[in-house]
Amino acid sequence: MLTQINVFGVRCALLGSVLVLTACGSDNDDQAPTMPEPPAPTVYRYQIEVTNLSHAQPMSPLAVKLDSENPWWKVGEPASEALEIMAEGGDNEALLDSGGLATASGDDILGPGAQQVIEISVEDMPDSYLSVATMLVNTNDGFTGLTHQALADLEAGDSWYVLTPVYDAGTEANTERMGSIPGPADNGSGFEAMRDDVNFVARHPGVVTGDDGLSTSVLTQAHRFDNPILRVKVTRLE
Amino acid sequence: MKPLFIAAALTASLSASAADVDISVQNLTQGIYFTPLLITAHPDSASLYTAGEAASAELQAMAEGGDISGLKAIVDSINADSVENPAMGLLAPGASTMTNLMTSTDNTVLSIVGMILPTNDGFVGLRNWTIPDEPGTYHIYLNAYDAGTEANDERVTGGGAPGAAGIPAAPGMDAGQNGTGVTDMEANQTVHIHRGNLGDDDANAGKSDLDNRVHRWLNPVAKVTVTVK
Repeated sequence: MLTQINVFGVRCALLGSVLVLTACGSDNDDQAPTMPEPPAPTVYRYQIEVTNLSHAQPMSPLAVKLDSENPWWKVGEPASEALEIMAEGGDNEALLDSGGLATASGDDILGPGAQQVIEISVEDMPDSYLSVATMLVNTNDGFTGLTHQALADLEAGDSWYVLTPVYDAGTEANTERMGSIPGPADNGSGFEAMRDDVNFVARHPGVVTGDDGLSTSVLTQAHRFDNPILRVKVTRLE
Repeated sequence: MKPLFIAAALTASLSASAADVDISVQNLTQGIYFTPLLITAHPDSASLYTAGEAASAELQAMAEGGDISGLKAIVDSINADSVENPAMGLLAPGASTMTNLMTSTDNTVLSIVGMILPTNDGFVGLRNWTIPDEPGTYHIYLNAYDAGTEANDERVTGGGAPGAAGIPAAPGMDAGQNGTGVTDMEANQTVHIHRGNLGDDDANAGKSDLDNRVHRWLNPVAKVTVTVK
């Protein structure tokens, strides 16, 4: 995972410098301007293939967006209410309504081991940024995904993947208590506006579970997880 | 394109002489603090620690009590370029700190260490990461290590001196007391990936003084962003 990210960053930087140089070289072109016809919009269409790598953490319907700015979260900063709603209860509607050049939703729960494909596209926007988010429903406020991932160096037909870690929204204490977890391990409550945790997004410390020393936990050894937890493969279709 | 690549190659070989590097370190955890960090660029022939080998006395002092003065003296003695304690104290969960290094010719690799609290002898570590010649921004994710010098009893006793049992402090003021001790042995006495805190759910009894909902972590625990200018 780490190598993939590094390689992606380096490729991005290289491509950027080459583009700048090319643009500089064309400054002296002295061709007579021609009246352009209104060009057909260039469509950038992406296929997002996700695979749930966990043992027993179903994931809520995926939220996907393309945008030029506005990451869905930043580590060390408080979660937006839209992210909190998704991370505590699995409802992605507020997150998808919070803006973006294009958004898309997964159809259904993504079960452990399951795979889904979602398509999303924008016009005339070669350098958009991808965000993907989904709740681990057998947690208090755990989620995974990626946000503000640059797609500018992805050529048509190319694909790239990343393995994503588990984040903690920091909006609900990880009590693992009966009634506090919306997934099938508990069928408890989802979003509650009250914030009783550190109030910043960070990496998730993992679930403790009743089998490993948290006597009031409704979770079992089966719900434990480690990083990474989701495979996200992005293919630029056109 | 060819002349460009040749020019880049020439630049690369020249820039091996020195580098101007911005370094930020972010604590990715929600409940673990970092004590003052040592950030150092040094020759690849030296290293602060090596997984699978016993810790030096200076690394032990850092990992058990957060004291980086011994390691700093060593890297000074080999003309490393170093920054001590960029966060001016503890680097809290979720927090970031930023610093700059001007590296000289021979100091081609970057290392970072700092104790993680509350642990007995855990530390966050980057070992001998080659500083790229190519200008750009690079991300590195760091794991938590165990110095292998102290039993992970998970008792918050104030013990921070090398060889003293116990955890020096839980800066979040969220630890318990009266733990009987998770273990009194450290079977692996070499530097290794930390197995994590165990903790328990009883603040006034049990084996551990740590809270198993708050004081655990999964790797990685830190993100380093290096900008080579």
